[in-house]
Amino acid sequence: MKIPFDKLDKAFENRLRLQIMSVLVANDRYDFNSLKELLDVTDGNLASHLKGLEKEEYILVNKSFLGRKPNTNYEATAKGKTAFTNHLDALEQLIKSTKT
Amino acid sequence: MKETDIKDDLASIRSLMERSSKFISLSGLSGILAGVYALVGAVAAHKFLETGPAHNLSFGGDTYPGYGPNSITVLGPLVLIALAVLFVSILTAIILSYRKAQQKHQPFWSKTSKALLFHMSTPLVAGGLLIIIFIFRGYYGIIAPACLIFYGLSLVSASNFTFNAVKSLGLCQIVLGLISALYPGYGLYFWAIGFGVLHIIYGSVMYLKYDR
Repeated sequence: MKIPFDKLDKAFENRLRLQIMSVLVANDRYDFNSLKELLDVTDGNLASHLKGLEKEEYILVNKSFLGRKPNTNYEATAKGKTAFTNHLDALEQLIKSTKT
Repeated sequence: MKETDIKDDLASIRSLMERSSKFISLSGLSGILAGVYALVGAVAAHKFLETGPAHNLSFGGDTYPGYGPNSITVLGPLVLIALAVLFVSILTAIILSYRKAQQKHQPFWSKTSKALLFHMSTPLVAGGLLIIIFIFRGYYGIIAPACLIFYGLSLVSASNFTFNAVKSLGLCQIVLGLISALYPGYGLYFWAIGFGVLHIIYGSVMYLKYDR
């Protein structure tokens, strides 16, 4: 039986990246601090994975200021959303194929 | 990648998509308590209307207290009762939600609770101001239906950021408000049903479904 591992997106191999992406797909946009609070991770860890997703062009970064505080917002691109859906489909197929 | 890994992935995606967009620390118990407060308030108001200076006037009915000399003495205590019920209910909801959020190790003042608050208060503040204007202009009959309808609208609008049951509660309040507009003079009874009975039913459902 052939298991379609190759269809899984390499960019989502890391659990945290997958989690970031699911938050950004469910919400129009999310800011850095709320993401950090929600996922309960460190600044550096979150930032490096956000960078990774940005490099893949799966997310867009909007930097702005709230008063004097910098406020960084992230949103999923169309490409990112498609990649996320495809990845979920692949996961689903994997589960199906291991069950039968 | 093992099967359990995949299942963990999927479970975490599902939980994050919900947690990031919905405020799930609402407590069913606060719904039940709000209903109880409202019923107590309604009984107090009823007693007041029967025995107080207003016993010959029906609240929200065809006979407008505004035309009598006692309009402030009649309406004042009723408004005070309503505000007291509102205040205690909100306080209970905040305390219980805060406790539930802490138990579940989730932020209480988060992006989603802010969104919930904003979408809830928009129709509520608009409706509240409108009702105050109506009171000053002497349209007392509109108070009970308007309260129920605007409260229902605010629940429907807030429901996008929390449990779906809130939407059903909102729709019921709107329908009840419209029916109440058809039966002037029974405003207090519709209030008791809407803010009292419906809250208790909703709170019990939520409590059985999510709190235990």
